Amino acid sequence: MSFLGAVLSTTMLAQTLRMAVPYACAGLGGVWSERSGVVNIALEGTLLASGLGGVVAHHATGSAWIGVACGAATGAAFALVHALLCVRGRVDAIVSGIALNLVAAGGTRFVLRALYGSSSNSPAIEGFRMASLDGASGGALLVRTLVDPLAILTVLFALATAFALYRTRFGLRVRACGEDPVAAASVGVAVAPIRIAAVTLGGVVCGLGGVALAYDQHQFQSGMSGGRGFIALAAVILSGWRPGRAVLACTSFAALDALQIVLQDQIHAPQYAVQMLPYVATLVALLVIARRTSGVQGRPPAGLGRHAE
Amino acid sequence: MATITGLAAAWIAFSLLVWAYGESPREIAGQLFEGTWGTAYGAGQVLFKATPLLFTGIAVDVALRAGLFNIGAEGQLTMASLAAATIGARLAPSAPTWMALPLVMIVAIEAGALWAMVPAILRARFGAHEVISTIMMNRIADACVGLAFGYGLAQAGTVRTADIVPGARLARLDAFFPALHGSAVSLALLIAIATAFAAHAWLSRTRVGREIVLVGQNPIACAAERIPVRRRLAQAMIVSGAIAGLAAFATVLGYKGYFESGLGAGAGFGGLAVALLGRGHPVGLTLAAILFGTLQQGGLAINGRVPMEVMDVLQGVVIAAVALADSRVRDALLRRGVS
Repeated sequence: MSFLGAVLSTTMLAQTLRMAVPYACAGLGGVWSERSGVVNIALEGTLLASGLGGVVAHHATGSAWIGVACGAATGAAFALVHALLCVRGRVDAIVSGIALNLVAAGGTRFVLRALYGSSSNSPAIEGFRMASLDGASGGALLVRTLVDPLAILTVLFALATAFALYRTRFGLRVRACGEDPVAAASVGVAVAPIRIAAVTLGGVVCGLGGVALAYDQHQFQSGMSGGRGFIALAAVILSGWRPGRAVLACTSFAALDALQIVLQDQIHAPQYAVQMLPYVATLVALLVIARRTSGVQGRPPAGLGRHAE
Repeated sequence: MATITGLAAAWIAFSLLVWAYGESPREIAGQLFEGTWGTAYGAGQVLFKATPLLFTGIAVDVALRAGLFNIGAEGQLTMASLAAATIGARLAPSAPTWMALPLVMIVAIEAGALWAMVPAILRARFGAHEVISTIMMNRIADACVGLAFGYGLAQAGTVRTADIVPGARLARLDAFFPALHGSAVSLALLIAIATAFAAHAWLSRTRVGREIVLVGQNPIACAAERIPVRRRLAQAMIVSGAIAGLAAFATVLGYKGYFESGLGAGAGFGGLAVALLGRGHPVGLTLAAILFGTLQQGGLAINGRVPMEVMDVLQGVVIAAVALADSRVRDALLRRGVS
């Protein structure tokens, strides 16, 4: 198969969609958090913690759905800590994010070793495996991805995020807190609770991403988020903090991941050079964002990192 | 005050985690102490673990003074270690110390500074946030190591470079203090402490350094005073990278004598903890590095009974607690109209 053939194949499409799920979930989590005015680099740690939370619950109960619920709950709890530290504790959001990422990286390994006796990976889990759809071809993978409950949930959450953010009272308040916390507070919006709710809600969505990441591999591996939380955050910035575009931006980063998988046995480019692609692309994206002339659309929420009083 | 809160929070988190694991916190803490400060060897190992943390802590601190988060110390150190080990191995075996050591040092500094230059330029010239760009540079550094090893920088069939020449190696401290026998602490520790004081002097006594600190406090006021804000930001980041590069003293020159993938991993994030706890003072940074060095070595000492990953969690807890206590103090001062 030629290079072009590989890139345009159904396998590539299927892999892109498959990889896009965790990115998109983390991205939507980032949109909720940052639109309310809280910078969230803890997305990376949230992915890890929720992935482990999901796998532990799934492994213990045998139910994939309970795993999803527990993963989302873990994500929410993790994001709640970030929100409380930043909003109530007035800690710099970057510092809080760094601390939480360290806790997640070390804590997941600690829990892995405590529960399963290995700090690198969990036992295998079933996930949402559909026996009738097994098959190695690109088409089979595409169908599997399209009917994957987590992928469907992600799409629903993307639609719900866009709707809630722009069409509901809560969304309006979230955006008000993000744009100008002082003005929002002056018209009676309870800035701190709204922010805490928005960041926690973002944690739920991001938690789904963590679960998707782990279910996809049928186990939890330490450090399996591999920088995806940070890349998703870059995608959020690239999208101008808009949910629909954030999902699109996340999908394009996912395409780079997919390219890595698809090209693995196609060309003889060294594996490590291809591995760099998403990271280099993120740097380029940062450059592009920075050069963009700032209009009303696509600029950062004006109240990012500011407090109400 | 903030330091005490941090230590208290660490102790509580430690007790909870150890207790949850089904061990007695008191016993484990005893074992931790025994394995670190209980013997001269243990103390030497603590100082050995503290050395790279002190270098990266100073590096993060310099950037932090300018208001920048250098989360890229990890990648800067990796590239510097790779470069130093590669050049150090290429020198003539008979190269004398007075020539080999400074040469390798310059290579390490330049590699670290070069790796920091990308985020520095992205930030200063284009306003791109340094947190994401430095993290990406860390990942790229890891891939670069793989790539370089693939292209023949590694010895055949291994993931390590060749040994550096004897002239480029730093002596271990046990050559001077026999009590430390067996521990890996080297002269790099003294270089790190000297670097801490030098960086402090640079920031407080030179024009560029003082302007960097001022930019960190209020960039708008600095711009009004015609201080070249962007240039100072870039300089702070590049110097930060250079200092992170110096940590190759601790990893390659003073310890392994070669570079292997994963060498020095974790030092970058440990440096963040050191810088946040060290509070911008050389003595504070040194003490913070020793504290986290104790945690790392202690993690190894208790690993048989409790997973050493506990210590990574503690690092995060200390950072969060110190930051929390800090902002409490700041809020209290603001309410009283001070500051």
